[in-house]
Amino acid sequence: MTTTSSRPIERGAPRARQTGPIAWTKKHLFNSPFNSVLTVVLGGLILYVLYSLLSWAFVQAPWAVVTENFAQYMVGLYPSEFYWRVWVIFALVLSLAGVSWGILARNQKQLFSKPVLIGFGIAALLLVILPMTRPHLVYSLGSLVLLGLGAIAGQALGRKSSKAPQLISAGWFISYFVVLYLLGGDNFTASLLYTVLFQVGLGLLAGWLLSSRLSVPVLTQWLGRLALLAVGFVLGYYILGNVLFPILVSGLGLSYTFFLVLMAAVGILLGIAMVLTFSEPDTLEGVGKAALFLIGFVAVYALMGLLPASLGLEFGLERVRTTSWGGLSLTLFLAISGIALCFPAGVSLALGRQSKLPLIRLFSVAYIELVRGVPLISILFMGQVLIPLFLPEGMRPDPVVRAIIGLTIFSAAYLAENVRAGLQSIPRGQSEAAQSLGLNKPLTMALIVLPQALKTAIPAIVGQFISLFQDTTLLGIVGLLELLGMTRSLLADPNYLGDYAPAYVFIGGIYWVFCYGMSYGSRQVEEALNTDLR
Amino acid sequence: MTQSEIQAPPVPRNDVGAEAVIVAKDVNKWYDNGFHVLKGVSMNVYKGEVVVVMGPSGSGKSTFIRTFNALEPYQEGSIEIDGVRIANDLKDIEAVRREVGMVFQQFNLFPHLTVLQNVTLAPIWVRRWPKAKAEEIAMRLLGRVGIAEQAYKFPGQMSGGQQQRVAIARSLAMQPKVMLFDEPTSALDPEMVREVLDVMRNLAKDGMTMVCVTHEVGFAREVADRVVLMDGGVLVEENTPEEFFNNPKEERSRAFLSQIL
Repeated sequence: MTTTSSRPIERGAPRARQTGPIAWTKKHLFNSPFNSVLTVVLGGLILYVLYSLLSWAFVQAPWAVVTENFAQYMVGLYPSEFYWRVWVIFALVLSLAGVSWGILARNQKQLFSKPVLIGFGIAALLLVILPMTRPHLVYSLGSLVLLGLGAIAGQALGRKSSKAPQLISAGWFISYFVVLYLLGGDNFTASLLYTVLFQVGLGLLAGWLLSSRLSVPVLTQWLGRLALLAVGFVLGYYILGNVLFPILVSGLGLSYTFFLVLMAAVGILLGIAMVLTFSEPDTLEGVGKAALFLIGFVAVYALMGLLPASLGLEFGLERVRTTSWGGLSLTLFLAISGIALCFPAGVSLALGRQSKLPLIRLFSVAYIELVRGVPLISILFMGQVLIPLFLPEGMRPDPVVRAIIGLTIFSAAYLAENVRAGLQSIPRGQSEAAQSLGLNKPLTMALIVLPQALKTAIPAIVGQFISLFQDTTLLGIVGLLELLGMTRSLLADPNYLGDYAPAYVFIGGIYWVFCYGMSYGSRQVEEALNTDLR
Repeated sequence: MTQSEIQAPPVPRNDVGAEAVIVAKDVNKWYDNGFHVLKGVSMNVYKGEVVVVMGPSGSGKSTFIRTFNALEPYQEGSIEIDGVRIANDLKDIEAVRREVGMVFQQFNLFPHLTVLQNVTLAPIWVRRWPKAKAEEIAMRLLGRVGIAEQAYKFPGQMSGGQQQRVAIARSLAMQPKVMLFDEPTSALDPEMVREVLDVMRNLAKDGMTMVCVTHEVGFAREVADRVVLMDGGVLVEENTPEEFFNNPKEERSRAFLSQIL
């Protein structure tokens, strides 16, 4: 108003509005003598910095330290004859990522929009141009193709089945153990994965399936009962496998294999007999349910015991000790394991801190305050140096496992505080409304308060994940050759004396890509979960 | 205390029997800071009856009806809901809450769930109805409160009046024996008050037992079987709406009415 009133109104045709780059420059950069000087000076400065950066990057920098040791940055001291396993992992992860992307974008008309295609093009171009990836073109481009194919398949799956998100989550969960198996090989798996997780997990699943007509799923709706069940299974597993079966085997004088066959047969027959006897197993209560479940579990356990021998489950993947693991793959393994473990731990601690039971609350508060008062590096040192002193030979966990435990212990405490902030931000009316509808406290927490609290806490939680990812660098100090540790040991090579800059720029870029990816992902998730005024 | 001693006996509606859904006797409640908020309040609510509770702010009326589903504990006296006494050590408090619906001033819809999920949540998880049945009943209820076509929206995308109607449908989905309304229209813009009151009016017409804390005089006059005035934690007067608004017995009722009419 004030600006127009002082000027006389121009008559005739309105002046053509000036557009175009020249007009823009004039208006924004050269609109007064002082600004013109400023523009010239700053422009020169920017050009100079850019010139020196580019000339460093393309002319001066000794990139050999990166290009000649690319494999070491990626997988550390992993034996080169087993690099194919890493490629399989890479392909697997990219395919799964593609499927996930496809499922997330199932409602989009065109999966490969222009920016996506450009992104693919740039990635392929880089793989071709960069000297360190050129030798592996077949594998890397193949993986890129898998990403695209996975996306197409994922979109088709997502449109067809409403269960697709659960399926892909299960896929990721299983792939973690597959990756573990591929990285570690047979022995490693035999000690950790196969014996504990594979058998118990499948035993649990099969026992459940066998008694599925008994509406056991109702039990699973109760987290506490499920936990109880799991504890029971693990106990049962050890008692069956380590105490009961061996005693029975030696007592009866049978071969172990024959004994397992016997148990499986008896178990299955008993289970069938029971299902047949009770015309309506749905109405079975308490003891009956438990009995059938137990029979199913023993039968399946026995069958599982037979499997590895009969199928030759030792696939012949040679063991690669974790001391040979390293580089980016170790960093990612540590970070993903730590994140996956610290999240449930942190949420439990946050809930524990709000509990009305004094013992649980006291423990949670003590844990959180204790861990938050200790620097991470001291926890990691404790894990690597102190814990082995306390435990007898043979029971000492692997250094990588110890590192993961240390990271988890530390992050869980911080995460708990983030989640607690989220919990406290939910108005009391929410839980009052839920309670007035007759929901009990666990259901109110699980269905109403926690989902909202986690949603508000997403930025803080992802921030914690990012710092956990970055904190893996501290493990270089305690002797693991993760990305930074590997770089430091490469730089100790006299051939690359003083070539710090390219190496650190390179791994800095890698860290940035992953951290930015996480924060970008968190923003996407936040947007997807935003239910206010679309 | 003297006030509650001289209170009139309950005035049962003519067309209902004497079956009491809520029996509150000499309820006393102190806040944690020692404030005596309910000073021996007694009230019965009979089946099919609509009771409107009025009173100045801070009179304890909201606190009083919140004791009916144990959102607020009380220290002395007794409250029975459909024959079950609400005690602080009651094991299965959820069983009582299932039978008592509650509508809040701030709606308190669950913002992370769609309207339909808001309404079906409790029937599915508490009553253990199959999802299809719960959704069918929910859609019927949403139709009854006039927002069936918005079932897949989120609460944040709706107006206050619509949200409050969803909240009513959500409570009704549990098929409660009695509905409590805690100032259901106080947080609404004036033009949305009517749509909510209309829903409540229809509900009363269908024979729902209701206890409403409200300042809506028109609603009280038209719908209530009984009007109750609370002040300072004491039940001052209990009367038919005609008598209460035209010819109140108590001096304090007269003072209160002169302020709001």
